[in-house]
Amino acid sequence: MMDRHFWGDTAVLTRRSLTHVLRSPDTIVTTAVMPVAIMLLFVFVLGGSIDTGAGAGAGSYVDYLLPGILLITVATGVSYTAYRLFLDLQGGLLERFRSMPVARTSVLWAHVLTSLVANVVSLVLVVGVAVAIGFRSGAAVPAWLGVVGIMLLFTLALTWLAVIPGLTATSVEGASAFSYPLVFLPFLSSAFAPTDAMPGPVRWFAEHQPVTAIVDALRALLTQQPVGTGIWTALAWCVGLLVLAVLVAARTYRRKLS
Amino acid sequence: MSAEPAPAPTPTRAAAPAAASSGPAVRVRGLTKSYGDLAVLRGVDLDVARGSVLALLGSNGAGKTTLVKILSTLLRADSGTASVNGFDVATQARDVRASLSLTGQFAAVDGLLTGRENLELVARLRHLPRPGAIADELLARFSLTEAGGRRAATFSGGMQRRLDLAMSLVGHPAVVVLDEPTTGLDPEARLGVWAAVAELAAGGTSVLLTTQHLEEAERLADRIAILHGGRILVDGTLAELTALLPPARVEYVEKRPSLEDVFLALTASGRGVPAEPSTATSAASTTSTTTRTTEREGDL
Ligand SMILES: Nc1ncnc2c1ncn2[C@@H]1O[C@H](COP(=O)(O)OP(=O)(O)O)[C@@H](O)[C@H]1O
Ligand SMILES: [Mg+2]
Repeated sequence: MMDRHFWGDTAVLTRRSLTHVLRSPDTIVTTAVMPVAIMLLFVFVLGGSIDTGAGAGAGSYVDYLLPGILLITVATGVSYTAYRLFLDLQGGLLERFRSMPVARTSVLWAHVLTSLVANVVSLVLVVGVAVAIGFRSGAAVPAWLGVVGIMLLFTLALTWLAVIPGLTATSVEGASAFSYPLVFLPFLSSAFAPTDAMPGPVRWFAEHQPVTAIVDALRALLTQQPVGTGIWTALAWCVGLLVLAVLVAARTYRRKLS
Repeated sequence: MSAEPAPAPTPTRAAAPAAASSGPAVRVRGLTKSYGDLAVLRGVDLDVARGSVLALLGSNGAGKTTLVKILSTLLRADSGTASVNGFDVATQARDVRASLSLTGQFAAVDGLLTGRENLELVARLRHLPRPGAIADELLARFSLTEAGGRRAATFSGGMQRRLDLAMSLVGHPAVVVLDEPTTGLDPEARLGVWAAVAELAAGGTSVLLTTQHLEEAERLADRIAILHGGRILVDGTLAELTALLPPARVEYVEKRPSLEDVFLALTASGRGVPAEPSTATSAASTTSTTTRTTEREGDL
């Protein structure tokens, strides 16, 4: 059942939450700093010794690397979503809103939409740095739309995942700690180097985990290579994660009222 | 703005549904609530008459916040019924939320927003026209006009509490629930909150406030209900409650028995309920009065 005030309430609460982001812009910069640092480290220090294989074509290492860096950016960014939600819960604002005639899911959607906006800004910053150090793509508009679509879907999925610790954490650290494994996952994927050279079990894991599927799809789109069926695997991971996260988050939210 | 013919206060009133009946502002019957094995409310019966102030008195952990959360639809009761402004908290939650405003035990203000923005936010979420004007009016009423442009995080504890209270009054809700509104405040800030409650009561708003301070209950409330062991032990006016003390007591104590005496007498052990440690020790000297009041409870 959709509340009559859903859109209006969501807009009011999103504006509030975006004001928070605007008043602490350091959160957006901080989100971008670590991925940028990793990118610089790999491009200028380690990149020379990584063989991206013939499949990567003539592109530079930063072309190969960027998709993984974008995923790391989102993984870092959503920890702030959990953080902001946790502060609302801790500070009693969630209860205040819930005791008012406000559409109930608006409270969560406002955080989710804010997360999308904040992450997009961080992603633009990261792409800007990548372009500055030589990233180039000849991708046409449809391919770019594909990249943007996958990134939005991935951000949405990770954001809803972040809602869960945001609602259940008992400390600020706990609220953001969930993102550490997410940030680490790309290191066990094709994000930094092709999986071929990895030892058996690691390689198996890398080839069957979502980051590899998503990174490969993004890279194919950006380097104008055929995406094949890989893009469906990537989308399936994103949609599956999103559905699961929304279900668990919604259940957690309802359980808070019992 | 001045061109308008004297704006009536009605436009700023929330689109609160008309009261479902002329019954009490709050009605609670047989309410129970447990957290796992811990039975916090064991059959609470309570009425708050329209336009009156009821103080719910109880020691720490008595279940005041639990009851308040059930009334403000934040928590579901296990059994029993509760209605606010004639609306059932379980089945008409939305109408209840439009009728009632909660000021929780801890100030719930948005520290990153200014005082003014906090009030405007609440006005928008209550779907009221002219949120700016509502904010200005409340800032003035709570002596926050000057601080209104500062972020609420920079406010003192007393100012945050006033802002919190002001946020609860946006849209003139029919029923205002205040959960320990003065706990943790310095004496001056406490007086400020008392003045605000008195003003609310004078304006005809029904108020349910919880407190651990007997003085606060004496000062503000038309009626006082004592929550102990999961039930309302007594519910009456200050005069009725003081009358519960045995007459003999008057001979020994020259000053009027304080509500504290009533409280200690009533909450002493012997009712099959776990007494608070502090209550249990101080109850030793009042055992005889306990017996007397137990017999007389039915008269209330
Ligand atoms: N969410 C909860 N889970 C378990 N126990 C709780 C919870 N909330 C409160 N309690 C317990 O219920 C009792 C009553 O709490 P509360 O309603 O907050 O009392 P009061 O507001 O009168 O101090 C306390 O013993 C408290 O520890
Ligand atoms: Mg309490």
